[in-house]
Amino acid sequence: MLTDKMKLQPEVVEAVVIRFVGDSGDGMQLTGTQFTDTSAMFGNDIATFPNYPSEIRAPQGSLYGVSGFQVHIGSVEVSTPGDNLDLLVAMNPAGLKTNLYALKPGHTIIVDSDAFSKKNLEKAQYATNPLEDGSLENYRVIQVDMSSLTKESLKGVEGLDNKSITRSKNMFALGMVYWMYGRSKEHTIDFFNKKFKKQPHLIEANTKVLNAGYYFAETLELIPNAYTISPAKMNPGTYRVIMGNTATAWGFLAAAEKAGLELFLGSYPITPATDILHELVKHKHFGVKAFQAEDEIAGIASAIGASFAGDLAITTTSGPGLALKGEALGLAMIIELPLVVVNVQRGGPSTGLPTKTEQSDLLQAMYGRNGESPVIVIAASTPSNCFNFAFEASRLALEHMTPVILLTDGYIANGSAPWKIQSVDDLPEIKNRITKVAPEGVWHPYTRDVETLARNWGIPGTPGLEHRVGGLEKDSVTGNVNQAPENHQKMTEIRAEKIKRVQNNIPEIETEFADSGDLLVVGWGGTYGSLHSSVKQINKEGYKNIGLAHFNYINPLPKNTEAVFKKFKKIVVCELNAGQFVKILRINFDEFKFLQYNKIQGLPFGNNELIEEFKKIVD
Amino acid sequence: MEATTEQKYTFKDFASDQEVRWCPGCDDYVILRSMQKALPEMGVKKEDVVFISGIGCSSRFPYYMDTYGMHSIHGRAPGIASGVKLANPNLSVWVMTGDGDAMAIGGNHFIHVLRRNINLNIVLFNNEIYGLTKGQFSPTSLVGQKTKSSPYGNTQPPFTPGELALGAGARFFGRIGGNVPKDITQMLIDAHKFKGTSLIEVLQNCVIFNDGCFNNITDKNVKEDKQIFLEHGKPMIFGKDRDKGLVLNKLKLEVVTIGENGVTQEDLLVHDAKEKDPTLHQMLVRLEHPVATGIIRSFEDVTLEEREDALTKQVKANSKFKKTDDLFFSGETYVVK
Repeated sequence: MLTDKMKLQPEVVEAVVIRFVGDSGDGMQLTGTQFTDTSAMFGNDIATFPNYPSEIRAPQGSLYGVSGFQVHIGSVEVSTPGDNLDLLVAMNPAGLKTNLYALKPGHTIIVDSDAFSKKNLEKAQYATNPLEDGSLENYRVIQVDMSSLTKESLKGVEGLDNKSITRSKNMFALGMVYWMYGRSKEHTIDFFNKKFKKQPHLIEANTKVLNAGYYFAETLELIPNAYTISPAKMNPGTYRVIMGNTATAWGFLAAAEKAGLELFLGSYPITPATDILHELVKHKHFGVKAFQAEDEIAGIASAIGASFAGDLAITTTSGPGLALKGEALGLAMIIELPLVVVNVQRGGPSTGLPTKTEQSDLLQAMYGRNGESPVIVIAASTPSNCFNFAFEASRLALEHMTPVILLTDGYIANGSAPWKIQSVDDLPEIKNRITKVAPEGVWHPYTRDVETLARNWGIPGTPGLEHRVGGLEKDSVTGNVNQAPENHQKMTEIRAEKIKRVQNNIPEIETEFADSGDLLVVGWGGTYGSLHSSVKQINKEGYKNIGLAHFNYINPLPKNTEAVFKKFKKIVVCELNAGQFVKILRINFDEFKFLQYNKIQGLPFGNNELIEEFKKIVD
Repeated sequence: MEATTEQKYTFKDFASDQEVRWCPGCDDYVILRSMQKALPEMGVKKEDVVFISGIGCSSRFPYYMDTYGMHSIHGRAPGIASGVKLANPNLSVWVMTGDGDAMAIGGNHFIHVLRRNINLNIVLFNNEIYGLTKGQFSPTSLVGQKTKSSPYGNTQPPFTPGELALGAGARFFGRIGGNVPKDITQMLIDAHKFKGTSLIEVLQNCVIFNDGCFNNITDKNVKEDKQIFLEHGKPMIFGKDRDKGLVLNKLKLEVVTIGENGVTQEDLLVHDAKEKDPTLHQMLVRLEHPVATGIIRSFEDVTLEEREDALTKQVKANSKFKKTDDLFFSGETYVVK
């Protein structure tokens, strides 16, 4: 089926975007992850975007059951998974139909032509076969009878059932793509050896299929090795590929070690936060106590108990879970205990879009509790800096004796990126407020540090510090119940001021690309990659006065926020919600006119839409 | 287990400086004093004692104890107490709760804490009414009971706390009247000694909203005939004249009189609180005439902390990770020069 037009000469390119799509049982996540890890080890910068349905195994061949994994690899800095595809690998018609829109004209599609049966075409709502009706004329289509070739390559391997044979065709596709991009198969073969240690026939089968795909591409010279991507220029150091949720979990491990405390996690499974629980339960060797509770409320309740008893306590959840934890979070706030609540945001409201990303829990994090109950709110902005912000959330909770909400989202939580490994020795110190020995005379739990207003932390088991805390309004010093009008006002003000003073313990906001000028692009949290690459791109195109201010600290905001805003003629706040951060900015800085760009589709921003919007504002 | 101490405390050592604010005549005072008397007998250090409560009259309890304590939010005390105990297994942790706190708003946590068998103690103040919100029916109020939220009579059938607890896997369940301080003190000590989650239901009179609800069981003049106080290893005998007892007739407990129809003391059931199978314990908690009090079930089992601790030791011994850096730099890493 190949024509001369398809036989391209090898070409050096800076970056390519590849998307693997197929049924949710086709192993596309695994295929994508393998390609990502291999490329990272080759030295490319990478960014990934897994996109899958909330059904575990949606009906085969259906349009809504398509699972995809997109990876952007580059010899230059890569900060998003990319907008448009250079290569689409489609394992069935439904995958082709739902993803073709993203492929650049003239670029390559690899399809498993065996999967384009009448039945599958009907399921994908194709009236005619797109491989035959000329509708793909503008693309370079490589049809491979992948299912048959997979079967053929496995002849003679003992102990395989039909299902195992069919399911390994993703490795055929991976083998082909490895050859196209000059990647080594070794990492993936190592992976088989580890994963199927006890099932040697599966090691043999998967390796055979991977090789078959690789050699199919190579020895038959059907596909030219079209693109070469050199290693990226990255800061020297030891790296690994890390997923956002893993980075979050590891940030807490590092914080506990640095603070000299034991780590306690109270959690209840919820998409897309559960991988943090999955990760932390593994680490009993560090003494991590991970408690899977009976519900979201018991998850945070147990963490509050552990914090009272002197652990670094955290709870992890996603939007609906944060709603359930609201009352207990208010308790942690009024009794002024250190606690980190991670909310891996997903599309809402209610159950919403569990597997899709959104930034619509910001106002819930800020205000979703009864009474005046300010807490620290911070947000991670890339898969790898989830590590730093989990560490930072712990540091702020312990130093300021307050709950901290750490916001991440499905996009960065499930995305992978290279992480320059940080040794715990190189991380900042974490102080805590524990009173180790009862002082002479009286000790009060609500005696405060004069600078930060953080209270003392008296741990059960310490003689002489016996005290009671509780959800009733308390006396400003002793912590005993005190509902007097003046005392309530005083305590409310102290709790607000305590959070405000965290400003003294966080960095100022820095702008990128321009310090002043025509337009300041403002974002927060997981949209950093898209905003960064869009503003970089538009500056390259000759728009020189467009800056980016991306916020990780939301409550309190960095001290210099207003000063930074003043230097730009226009400000546009870009968010994956209907406009939540912009509301907070309007409350705080009513002298500015904030423009908005919002998207609520369960998807990250694309570069093109952002650049178009910025140009519209500036021109 | 908690560390023991040579230091001898008196009940005064456990009284905080806070003014007790329950209604005059409330049984809660009896429970408070019984606890303050029981603690010096437990041999536990004062700084190792933690009281956790939810919301309701009973939940003011921690404020009155000069130990560590937390008055938390409605129904969630078992979750908080579980976190305290898992964080520091050396502590003696007590959940003070009521019928609404434990079985209505906190029902989920109540059954799960019993299922897990963490070594902590729960004291359930059952007064069959909501007190602090001023007189609505609770999950233990009787059908027909007239309350502020059931002016024509309650239509919701009640839980029997012991039945719910045993159904959830409780290893220790005791029931006691709210007017017998010495018995309460002893039961608190026994609950403390028991390894695993212990639950004590106190039949606690609310003088304001449900006064006298247990009179026909706990009143001095009737209690010997209306209660059977169970003791492990002893025959199930009761009555003013110690002439009544329990036998098993097919699948039901039956009251018999010693000396009638040839019944002798040897025919009576002997209480085995330590039996793993809770069938007979279930029958006992459901019994209405007489009402079973005392320690009905006390079956020692592996605790959650023991399981966790054993696993942690095993994982630690077999792991190559001693510091987080060992993990971070393990596996598939690559160097950029």
